[in-house]
Amino acid sequence: MKITDGYPEYMMKSIKLVEEKREKNMSQPVKPMSMKSREEVLSKYHPDYMKGTKRELKVGIDKGTILYNGIVDLLEAKPVLDPKDVDLSKIDYDVDLLIIGGGGAGTVAALFAYESGVPKDKILIVTKLRHGDANSMMAQGGIQAADRPEDNPTLHYLDIYGGGHFTNKPELARALALDAPGIISWHEELGVMYDRHEDGEFQELSGGGTCRNRMHSCKDYSGMELMRNIRDKARNLEMPVLEFCPMAELLMDDKGQLAGGIAFNLETFEYYVIRAKATILATGGSGRLHLANYPTTNHYGATGDGLIMAYHVGANLLDLDTIQIHPTGDAYPEPLVGILSTEKIRGLGAIPLNKNGDPFVFPLEPRDVESAMFIQECKRGKGIVTPTGMPGVWLDSPMVDIIHGEGTIETKLAGEVRKFKRFGIDMTKHPILVYPTLHYQNGGVEINEKTETKIPGLFAAGEVSGGVHGKNRLMGNSLLDFNVFGRRSGIYAAKYVKKAKIGKLTLNHLDKYNKMLEQAKIKPAKSAPIILPEYRGEMAISRALDIF
Amino acid sequence: MIKKEQVLLEKPDVKKAEDVEKKAGTIEVFVMGKSYKVPAGLTIMKALEYAGYRYIRGCGCRAGFCGACSTIYRIEDEQKLGFDLACQKVVEDKMYLVQLPFVPATKVEYDIDKLEPTESTILEIYPEIARCVSCNTCTKSCPQDIEVMKYIQRAIRGEIAKCAEISFDCIQCGLCAMRCPADIKHYHVSQLARRLRGKYIDTKSKNLAKRLKEVESRKYDSEIEKLIKMDNKGILELYKNRKIEAEEKGPGGD
Repeated sequence: MKITDGYPEYMMKSIKLVEEKREKNMSQPVKPMSMKSREEVLSKYHPDYMKGTKRELKVGIDKGTILYNGIVDLLEAKPVLDPKDVDLSKIDYDVDLLIIGGGGAGTVAALFAYESGVPKDKILIVTKLRHGDANSMMAQGGIQAADRPEDNPTLHYLDIYGGGHFTNKPELARALALDAPGIISWHEELGVMYDRHEDGEFQELSGGGTCRNRMHSCKDYSGMELMRNIRDKARNLEMPVLEFCPMAELLMDDKGQLAGGIAFNLETFEYYVIRAKATILATGGSGRLHLANYPTTNHYGATGDGLIMAYHVGANLLDLDTIQIHPTGDAYPEPLVGILSTEKIRGLGAIPLNKNGDPFVFPLEPRDVESAMFIQECKRGKGIVTPTGMPGVWLDSPMVDIIHGEGTIETKLAGEVRKFKRFGIDMTKHPILVYPTLHYQNGGVEINEKTETKIPGLFAAGEVSGGVHGKNRLMGNSLLDFNVFGRRSGIYAAKYVKKAKIGKLTLNHLDKYNKMLEQAKIKPAKSAPIILPEYRGEMAISRALDIF
Repeated sequence: MIKKEQVLLEKPDVKKAEDVEKKAGTIEVFVMGKSYKVPAGLTIMKALEYAGYRYIRGCGCRAGFCGACSTIYRIEDEQKLGFDLACQKVVEDKMYLVQLPFVPATKVEYDIDKLEPTESTILEIYPEIARCVSCNTCTKSCPQDIEVMKYIQRAIRGEIAKCAEISFDCIQCGLCAMRCPADIKHYHVSQLARRLRGKYIDTKSKNLAKRLKEVESRKYDSEIEKLIKMDNKGILELYKNRKIEAEEKGPGGD
């Protein structure tokens, strides 16, 4: 196969059409869709609305609700921990506040709990991989906050609520919109290098489904820059962190309060009993479950553990009948399939095009609608199919330099340019091929404005929580989410800690859960949480022995 | 406690695996000296997994942002050492691989609120940067192609803003620090520079300060409360008819 500039000949032919029609495409933009046509395309092409992707849950507090198959599989699996294996009489860590997850939400929570008076040696962050290994680090596009004179938090609220199809918990959407300016100001104090104009005002872009340009960015490394600052602050404070120690299950006491958890050392296979007066669940999302068989943009550790553990203790879940597929996952070259190309590329003016070089959708619809339109175009045979059989549509990235001036792509999308350059593709000259990829867990453990869950002593923040975004999250609102609710969880958990008294520790909830499974006549073949995904080659697995 | 077979999501499909190998053709890589045949075209990370490795360390975001999978390699009989990220670099035939999952490089602790962005701030906190011998090995080992030595030179000269700018794309994998003959911890140095710049040097937003005051004086509370209390039809109308800035003026930016 002859490859020119990173693309095989037949793809280059299609690129020629894209180039010929570029000027015309830029001068005649496609209009946003009506609510009715949005609904139509969603119902036909979005996995949330398709048959076979979901089923009814047969066990626990949310019994009878419909969730994605992959989530039900794990909720109906056997709890991974056998209470008989654990000696609760020996406490390895005795703290006021246990934070599960060392990503954005968890780290922000620790900082604000400390500021709210919890001594740092009474805070413990446990995390599956390294501190900072999280989806937060990977967010590229930016963070929303309504701070321009043309904008206001009310409009931000309306975008969040409408984008979520009016299914969000209104008080959570309100907190997200109203806390946003304060968060950006906190970032200024930390030293986050936001993209600014010369006068110090932020360069703010549009995002899918937002009515004002309010996306603040740090080139296309926005999440990394936020996380680097937040983590550096935690490190300067010597905030205690246990790395490579995911939580296997949560602990309760005999009064029905949450009382900590059992951590599992991935390298020595030991468990640790952690007793805590309050626990913040900040375990992130579940992209690595590959729901509806989608590739994912997510971090290696994003296996939905928090949902499973919280459900085992009786916390309820929201909106897990939806997933966010991001319209612009990479479809070519093969090693990049599923990896994200940031929404910022469209925010800067690039238009999606089919194989004939024709536009077919307003570039900045909400993510679910944009994705469904891409899938429809490919199902109609107007996508480009890669040599490995992956369909995709063009995202005409060179438009960005034409609109904003040469060099814009290099400076504002440095990460993207670098990624494609490794494979001989120059996105400043040629379009890139994209197809929807599994990106975000819209729902999760239900919280209120104080990030409290149904279980006393259990707080949740960030992607693991449910209710903030309803059934669809808008771009730029997840970086905002982990900051807003991470902060709130730290503050409210610190308050809770002052009064909390923990009783006798127990893992009885696991025995109870096993009984419920039995009563529901479920014979689990798997156990959960799964902690890490399984990507070993099938040949190797088929020969693996469990003797060592 | 956690057994291997419990975590398998699906039954292995050996036939499919054989097909993949046949289609792509295989190449030979050496994982810490040990030979494995893997399909061509995989990233180093996927190739190791294909061979049967299950990552605990040395694997993070799998998309080039987190610096967990720094990899050092040398192609058989070649002089040069290569440095890259296992999740981004495609395997080549006769590649000898080793991953560097951790870098022992102490970060100096400081309180950013008590620092001042002077010409000597970075030098005082990381005095070893003055020992830079300008060998450029750091730059050569950077998987992000950052001009590492250049930003260290800027730091020595006290040019905080420039050091921050050049180093901005750093994923903090630490390969620079592992190769440096002068024991400089480049990625910690640049972290300090960026925080100093973001906090003290870049001009702050007046719009933000103004909006913050409005929010604190609860200017928007009643408006949002009104939306929360509105019936479905009312809010749908409001949402449908809101003006979209990007549609009217084109996408934002400069």
